[in-house]
Amino acid sequence: MQIIAQVLFLVALVAGIGFFIRNIRRLVRNIKLGKEVDRTDNKGERFAKMARIAFGQSKMVKKPVSGFLHVIVYVGFVIINIEVLEIIIDGLFGTHRILSFMGGFYDVLIASFEVLALLVLIGVIVFWIRRNLLNIYRFLSRELKGWPKNDANYILYFEMVLMVLFLVMNATDYQLQLNGAPHYASEAGITGAFPISQFLLPIFDGMSNATLIIIERAAWWLHILGILFFLNYLYYSKHLHILLAFPNVYFSKLRPQGEMNNLQSVTDEVKLMMDPDADPFAAPAEEEEGAEPEKFGASDVFDLNQVQLLNSYTCTECGRCTAECPANQTGKKLSPRKIMMDTRDRVEEVGEIINTKGKYEDNGKQLLDDFILREELWACTTCNACVEACPVGIDPLSIILDMRRYLVMEESAAPNELAIAMTNIENNGAPWPYNQQDRLNWAKEN
Amino acid sequence: MAEALKVPTMAEYMAEGKKPEVLFWVGCAGSFDDRAKKITKAFVKLLHEAGVDFAVLGTEESCTGDPAKRSGNEFLFQMQAATNIEVLNGYEIEKVVTACPHCFNTIKNEYPALGGNYEVMHHTQFLKSLLNEGKLKVEGGKFKGKRITFHDPCYLGRANGEYEAPRDLLRKLEVELVEMRKCKSNGLCCGAGGGQMFKEPEPGNKDVNIERTEQAMEVKPEVIAAGCPFCNTMMTDGVKGKNKEDSVEVMDVAELIANAHDL
Ligand code: SF4
Ligand code: SF4
Repeated sequence: MQIIAQVLFLVALVAGIGFFIRNIRRLVRNIKLGKEVDRTDNKGERFAKMARIAFGQSKMVKKPVSGFLHVIVYVGFVIINIEVLEIIIDGLFGTHRILSFMGGFYDVLIASFEVLALLVLIGVIVFWIRRNLLNIYRFLSRELKGWPKNDANYILYFEMVLMVLFLVMNATDYQLQLNGAPHYASEAGITGAFPISQFLLPIFDGMSNATLIIIERAAWWLHILGILFFLNYLYYSKHLHILLAFPNVYFSKLRPQGEMNNLQSVTDEVKLMMDPDADPFAAPAEEEEGAEPEKFGASDVFDLNQVQLLNSYTCTECGRCTAECPANQTGKKLSPRKIMMDTRDRVEEVGEIINTKGKYEDNGKQLLDDFILREELWACTTCNACVEACPVGIDPLSIILDMRRYLVMEESAAPNELAIAMTNIENNGAPWPYNQQDRLNWAKEN
Repeated sequence: MAEALKVPTMAEYMAEGKKPEVLFWVGCAGSFDDRAKKITKAFVKLLHEAGVDFAVLGTEESCTGDPAKRSGNEFLFQMQAATNIEVLNGYEIEKVVTACPHCFNTIKNEYPALGGNYEVMHHTQFLKSLLNEGKLKVEGGKFKGKRITFHDPCYLGRANGEYEAPRDLLRKLEVELVEMRKCKSNGLCCGAGGGQMFKEPEPGNKDVNIERTEQAMEVKPEVIAAGCPFCNTMMTDGVKGKNKEDSVEVMDVAELIANAHDL
């Protein structure tokens, strides 16, 4: 009997981890659909930023209530997972609380896991209330309807269940130890300390050892299967951020937020045009035969860079960006969160095609127009509020800018007034129709 | 009648074989926009008062390309950048000061990779350094005790992390500095950036400048201080839209100092 359980456990573990590895591979493959971008510089500074923002959650706590609750759930969740280590060893070798040889320290560990489990439970319940009962601006947007909203709630229910299972498992285990049940009780006395689950004991009052063992085993199994399920649910959920927040912050931009990258392809062309020695007819010959001329800007996920795609997978859908966005606040369609969600949806769609067909075949769709509308792109003031607000170092503005670049440089599709301003700049060196020769007239006026 | 301002140009300096300490980059708004020209003049007066050896490019200056770049026209931006960098490097410019945060951001952050390397300062930073060096005195005058709130320009604040220089100057004016609900790194945009200044907004339920003006009104200021010609226009329009132009003024930090000095 025991050996069957051990084998089943091994199968579940291998399947769970195997599936997880497959998902991670797909994730990496999809991110690599984007263009390479060099972010290998300043390792020290990047590490420090990651420690501060991803590990230290420095941006989360800018909103004190949700920030504080998130820190509890995050710390609780990470630490309680240390317990999973013991669960895995016990499961594989049929042992009972293998780490209990640590004695007093073990008691402290289990006791603190219990306290954290309770705090996580409370935190998650408050999260649920905030998300579903209080009318919080950033949880009401259009882009959260349907799956994103359900996804958020599922995970909250899930964590509630996991925490309850953990406490039930401990309570029944404790009761069995008190009853002196074989396999559970040890000569050294009670192993573990149960400051929270002890209050559950009355529920199990009077149950036979056999029933208790069934409940304890059920809770134990559901708990570990739940964790394996959670691990594999991540890939399909905004909760991927618990893994990706770290690399995402690491690879985020270190330069001042106002700096936008200069396109090298444009620089080369401008140099050629400005160079008095260049032979204007020589230019096309420099390009390789049959090579496609470089596309300016982005109309699909392939034109974005790998950090931008990583950003999209990391997005927590928290909407802090959207809540700060001046365009969104004044009723425009633009929502930086939606920009990130659309990018992820599109890259996933492309990934699915690769999964089934082996390579990407055009499905008649692209990021521009089929996901992100021009009206959204043109509403942006490039104010960087979204970038500043994002707790995990995402830069929605860079995607908006790259898509504007495509619209303007590949399709000449700027809104009319903007096109006029650009013509003015080109002709008179100012966005208004004034003559450059009048540029110093102000000095003569009184 | 006030006499015309003395505004030396780089060409004049060059003709005399001299080099100024700093180039004042006026920018398109500062050169052509009626409201912004007043800021330009106020700043020039302060430069004179502090005895700063400066010059402008005058007709040799051209748009930095900021609105083009942020509208997606990288090509036009880089053409503008290349032209301007050629002029600036031709005059061997080392230090640039400008009253426009957009010009400031572009020349400081985006020109270096294209061959334009200068020390670039926003005028509030420059004025503060003059103050620290004792060249410029900033004191109370007529704004003493007035309730003033500062609207952070996105391209000075969030974009470049400068929140204190303008505030330090305002404190020196002994004003009652009040902060809006959304300020510094959380400041709300005036609505002009990213090319929006030059186009109609997308459909929505409000204009961004109105939203921002309402936030400013919440703290009941007598003056809304700005540090950007575009913010200035947007906030001025916002105040007019609220029919408050008789009780609330929108002024650049440089204008406040110049006015306090009765320049
Ligand atoms: S940069 Fe654009 S998308 Fe981001 S907050 Fe500002 S207006 Fe919104
Ligand atoms: S981009 Fe950042 S701030 Fe916006 S929803 Fe995603 S995680 Fe939240």
